[in-house]
Amino acid sequence: MTKTLNNKAWFFVLPVFAIVAFSAVLPLMTVVNYSVQDTFGNNQFFWNGIGWFQELLDPSSQLGEQFLSSLMRTLLFSAIILLIQVPLGIVVALSMPREGWTVALCLVLMALPLLIPWNVVGTIWQVFARGDIGLLGWIVNRLGIDYNYTGDPIDAWVTIIVMDVWHWTSLVALLCYAGLKSIPDAYYQAARIDGASRWAVFRTIQLPKMRRVLLIAVLLRFMDSFMIYTEPFVLTGGGPGNATTFLSIDLVKLALGQFDLGKAAAMSLVYNLIILAICWVFYTVMTNVDAERDRVEA
Amino acid sequence: MARITLDHLAHAYKANPRTAEDYALKEINHVWSQGGAYALLGPSGCGKTTLLNIISGLVRPTRGRVLFDDLDVTDLSTEARNIAQVFQFPVVYDTMTVRENLAFPLKNRNVPRDRTARRVEEIASLLDLTRVLDRKASNLTADMKQKISLGRGLVRPDVAAILFDEPLTVIDPHLKWQLRSTLKEIHRALDITMIYVTHDQTEALTFADKVVVMHDGAVVQTGTPEELFERPTHTFVGHFIGSPGMNILPCRIEGATAFIGNTMIPLRRAYRTLSDGERIELGIRPEFVQLQPKGTGLPVQVRRIDDIGRARIARVEMSGRPLAASVPDGISIEGNEASLVLDPNHVHIYANGHLVAGEATGGHAA
Ligand SMILES: Nc1ncnc2c1ncn2[C@@H]1O[C@H](COP(=O)(O)OP(=O)(O)OP(=O)(O)O)[C@@H](O)[C@H]1O
Ligand SMILES: [Mg+2]
Repeated sequence: MTKTLNNKAWFFVLPVFAIVAFSAVLPLMTVVNYSVQDTFGNNQFFWNGIGWFQELLDPSSQLGEQFLSSLMRTLLFSAIILLIQVPLGIVVALSMPREGWTVALCLVLMALPLLIPWNVVGTIWQVFARGDIGLLGWIVNRLGIDYNYTGDPIDAWVTIIVMDVWHWTSLVALLCYAGLKSIPDAYYQAARIDGASRWAVFRTIQLPKMRRVLLIAVLLRFMDSFMIYTEPFVLTGGGPGNATTFLSIDLVKLALGQFDLGKAAAMSLVYNLIILAICWVFYTVMTNVDAERDRVEA
Repeated sequence: MARITLDHLAHAYKANPRTAEDYALKEINHVWSQGGAYALLGPSGCGKTTLLNIISGLVRPTRGRVLFDDLDVTDLSTEARNIAQVFQFPVVYDTMTVRENLAFPLKNRNVPRDRTARRVEEIASLLDLTRVLDRKASNLTADMKQKISLGRGLVRPDVAAILFDEPLTVIDPHLKWQLRSTLKEIHRALDITMIYVTHDQTEALTFADKVVVMHDGAVVQTGTPEELFERPTHTFVGHFIGSPGMNILPCRIEGATAFIGNTMIPLRRAYRTLSDGERIELGIRPEFVQLQPKGTGLPVQVRRIDDIGRARIARVEMSGRPLAASVPDGISIEGNEASLVLDPNHVHIYANGHLVAGEATGGHAA
């Protein structure tokens, strides 16, 4: 194929650059600006250099310790979410019907949770899981299990995780389903001729064909769960104690609650870098299989 | 290894088939004898794949039975039937090497490792895959991938039959010819029943000892390539096999004479049983119709002469009916008036598309 050079293309790209500059780069620069300064109010700022970053990354300082524990909490949360939602999404996708009118029904039902705004999800579960009037909380308590998400850290975690699984597993499932749909029938027929077991069909046909969509699913679910804010804020407000204070909640407390703009800005930047770094790791590891193969070929 | 019997087999993809049109396969009774090399030939959509899938168990027939030797396998799953099938488009397991791909059918059946390894090497060398045995299958060319699919079909030595569903569609023409000979060699060496689906008559005629011609969901004729050529039992076979196909001319029969328009053609046999309502046609292959100078046979107008390489074919008109005739070497035709000479031994009469045997006439019985 020959490449055509056409300068008109710039006309289409430039507006995007402009929008990205205004919506992302400029605000980010403001954050960078704040992160190297200190303020005592009255709009007076003082140069602080890398002071905030040093404090943030030093676990013996109060800010550093707080940051580290929220970071650990958030990492744990994302790990649990990925470990549950990815396998569950695959299982759901595998058990969805492949043809007939039930397909449309399934797709609509599965898409429903995805359409509900985050704060509404939080509110729904806040009520649903209450021990006194919530259907779920009441039933669980009646079953003899002592459950109270506002008082018990474990209960709070379980509630948030179940809520997130309910909200987002269908995204993973729908992506996987799309991947499965793209497998031609001949593959399944060949596998039957070759005498492959159900597990072998999954391992050798379905999983490899789903790898690309799974990469997207993992990246999306990681970023989303790592930045989770609204639902736990509505449901638990970060409590009990600091049990569900994830990085985002911590950040908002710092920036808007205590108005520590410098610390909050430094934290935002580090937070951002961590997300980028982890996404990069996921991406590299998951595409590595392809790369490895190409190297063998060459 | 087995004889495969199709007993009153019919299949409809629709749930409640009523008319004949609902059936993708009309009733078929057929025996594939053990060790035969068969070609299943027919135009697109005539039900070839459906028939193969029923034999291999991927599709359960609406009616009838499939027998391997004397065992009724109609209700057995594909896995339990011990049959191999190669599909039109390559299927390879992306994550595996070529070697693992070829070993897969054996591994799933718990064949001992050393036997598997030996068998894989054998098949790889037959198909010229030895060089790439340790490469990942996913990045190879379509040719290579299809060879892997073929290899997986051939790797099990003990199958009842190997079914090939247009396996060489994606293969390069020169390689196609080579692979077909390889398959033929494998067939001779292994004595396995092979059924080879194609809609290409050259492919069918070169691969098979027996050709099964299908048309519109039914088997119209089974025979050796010569039989199909010399004595097509259905006008479809006459038309479909040969290039150009058989000349099929509507006619009227009186005893041992056929009339095409007002041209009179004497026949070797008499046809007294034909009834009035039937569609009567005369069929003769262009190979048995010779163009001659004017005045030596049946008068025709020459429209065009095509050189098709191995022969010259004249497109002529006889009493307003177009037909094709061969042009013998050294004949030159002036203007467009000429005549035809028909070989009476190769004139066939069809009623409603089916060959009519006719009766020997006294005068020519000698
Ligand atoms: N899964 C299916 N569901 C419904 N109808 C089908 C299905 N598969 C095939 N058919 C129909 O059955 C008929 C026979 O199809 P089949 O695939 O057996 O033909 P074929 O001879 O293999 O054709 P080709 O040369 O194009 O492969 C066709 O009319 C086709 O539309
Ligand atoms: Mg087909």
